[in-house]
Amino acid sequence: MKEKGHITKISLDERKTTFKEVSCGFTESEAIKEARRCLGCKAAPCSKGCPADIDVRAFIGLIAEKDYQGAIDKIKENNALPGVCGRVCPQEEQCQLTCILNKKGDPIQIGYLERFAADWELEQTIDQRPETKDNKPKTEDQKFKIAVVGAGPAGIACAADLVKQGYDVHLFEALHKPGGVLVYGIPEFRLPKNIVDKEMEYVQSLGVKYHPNFIVGRTKTIDGLRSEGFRAFFIGVGAGLPRFLNIPGENLNGVYSANEFLTRVNLMKAYRFPEYDTPISIGKRVGVFGGGNVAFDCVRCALRLGAKHVSIVYRRTRDEMPARNEEIENAEEEGIDFEILVAPKEVLSDDQGNVKGVVCIKNELGEPDSSGRRRPVPIEGSEFVLDIDTVIVAVGTSANPLLISTVKGLELNKWGYIATDEKCQTSASDIFAGGDIVSGSATVISAIQQAKLAAKSIKEYLQSAS
Amino acid sequence: MKIVYKKVLSDTKEARIVELRFESSTIASSVEPGQFILLMASACGERVPLTVVDSDPKKGILTIIFQEIGYSTKLLGSLETGDLLYSVVGPLGHATPIENYGKILIVGGGVGIAEILPIVRAFKEGGNHITTILGAKTKDHMILQDEIGQYSDELILTTDDGGLGEKGFVSGPLAKILEKDSDFGLVYCVGPVPMMKVVSNVTKPYNIKTIVCLNAIMLDGTGMCGSCRLTEDGKIKFCCVDGPDFDGHLVDFDELMQRQKRFLKEEAQALRKLHECKLKAQIKE
Repeated sequence: MKEKGHITKISLDERKTTFKEVSCGFTESEAIKEARRCLGCKAAPCSKGCPADIDVRAFIGLIAEKDYQGAIDKIKENNALPGVCGRVCPQEEQCQLTCILNKKGDPIQIGYLERFAADWELEQTIDQRPETKDNKPKTEDQKFKIAVVGAGPAGIACAADLVKQGYDVHLFEALHKPGGVLVYGIPEFRLPKNIVDKEMEYVQSLGVKYHPNFIVGRTKTIDGLRSEGFRAFFIGVGAGLPRFLNIPGENLNGVYSANEFLTRVNLMKAYRFPEYDTPISIGKRVGVFGGGNVAFDCVRCALRLGAKHVSIVYRRTRDEMPARNEEIENAEEEGIDFEILVAPKEVLSDDQGNVKGVVCIKNELGEPDSSGRRRPVPIEGSEFVLDIDTVIVAVGTSANPLLISTVKGLELNKWGYIATDEKCQTSASDIFAGGDIVSGSATVISAIQQAKLAAKSIKEYLQSAS
Repeated sequence: MKIVYKKVLSDTKEARIVELRFESSTIASSVEPGQFILLMASACGERVPLTVVDSDPKKGILTIIFQEIGYSTKLLGSLETGDLLYSVVGPLGHATPIENYGKILIVGGGVGIAEILPIVRAFKEGGNHITTILGAKTKDHMILQDEIGQYSDELILTTDDGGLGEKGFVSGPLAKILEKDSDFGLVYCVGPVPMMKVVSNVTKPYNIKTIVCLNAIMLDGTGMCGSCRLTEDGKIKFCCVDGPDFDGHLVDFDELMQRQKRFLKEEAQALRKLHECKLKAQIKE
């Protein structure tokens, strides 16, 4: 069997003290080695496993032939965010799961190959890139303006697909930087922000008109935009509202939602305070409640900010954690502690209103619940005090009503997210939606998948309207 | 977002109060009384929430007034006419519902007096009879008494040292007024949190609806982070999307005051690094 391409990581010392990207990705020779391991199966099960419909077999073949430009062009036919997806997609559940070599436990490392192609292109100077503009005359429906609300993964993907179809696409973002969760949520050491910036530059180079600091629903309403000639809308504003634990002491100083903690650190760059002005206050002993990717981003940030002891506190066991295995392993390597089968009951205060500990109770696993995971059952009398001075709550989010409460006639589902049909169309015929504001907290790639489907539906809608 | 006007309203040795006007046409045409913006002075800056004190939709100009109390407000105060702001987003928060309550009392303290101006004007236009009480530390700390006075049927000033108006805090004249006549439909109050707490305590026995305008520590301002959470009637609320107006009789002021201290240590650290020349270099960047 051919030898695998090898991935290196930066040193553990650097990982614990800096926000540098942990994984170095493939070198050129390792990428070629890996690409040449691909069997090029006729059925290409890898492509069927890709939610963004990337022609995986084709781009791997091009890397094997050292045609990197060809490879990245092939990926970008379907995915405007290859540098992002190559890093944060759970490939082990998608393209790599369906790879025929996975049967022997060694699938092609498709994510790292996608990242290699994307990074290769970003290193080339702009003028070497192929000209993407076309000057074909516009059809009637292409003259319509489309508003894409939210410049996260869903919004960017939808805007890119629509602008490629020749539409006049405006992308509105509430924050001062584009990227959504890619910039406020996912830390630099997993996804360097210059990658997001450059992929956003690419989307703008396709012709998308970008409007930062614009809160649709507040700065202007959907109705206001309709009166300015916008004929279709895509809402991809993310899930938004942080959930808390609903236990006493949750508003004490030293309790953060994961969103607040990560936004301070990542978007506002509090890890470089006081060079950047936004502060973060972190204690010596940090406990992060939750077991998803966000919880792991929080523990690994807390460690890098100088906390002496950082734990994941999770109510089930490692097997039930929703986080990617790769993230769990990274955290273990970096010395993160795991408090499993533990649930919080009350945050304790010192005489200054700061956190001085958390009363927790031990759990055991019972019967499976509706999610199929075994339900945590508290063990009576097993309470103990977890010795921590900073609490980060990473137990998910719920629907942010800021925009959706300002739109008349928009039906919501029972969780408060936007209800859509199989074509991503909402109860308001000119409004389409995708990503976490439809599905609740999910992955970057599932948001992209819905956004691409919505882009197709918007095209059909506008064609039938013209 | 170019600054078109700057005026120092109060220049005492503790902290200046500064008025800035800047271009922001979209917000100027949609903002309503009580709403705020989030502003970044530089690319490295904090997102600072500030109430819109005035707006000129025709010229596309917004007015803000702030006290140079911390690092970011000092940075903002160092900007001059012609300088550019890095980012401005809004309008945020719910506008204050303007109704005809008959007689209302409006109470402002410190730099919070600035936030009174759009409110008193709107309530006056809404047909209310307005008694306004403004409190400041000294005569030199008092701002906007003429502007606010023109919309008030009665204006009472207080200073801690008695150098202007009555000596003492706003709660003094407030209590006296209510003892004589408690027939007010609303008390609206903006100022330091301890002042809003005291005012709410004074009005509570009379059961007069009391709105306080709160300014908790914010980050994104769109409900995403929960930094500005506070407790009203035992429930968690977010100042940015549920407020900024809250029921003064139901807010947990002690918790709010505690949470305002979250970053005191870091704030002191930021102030230490503050040097005028560095600021200027940063802004020009």
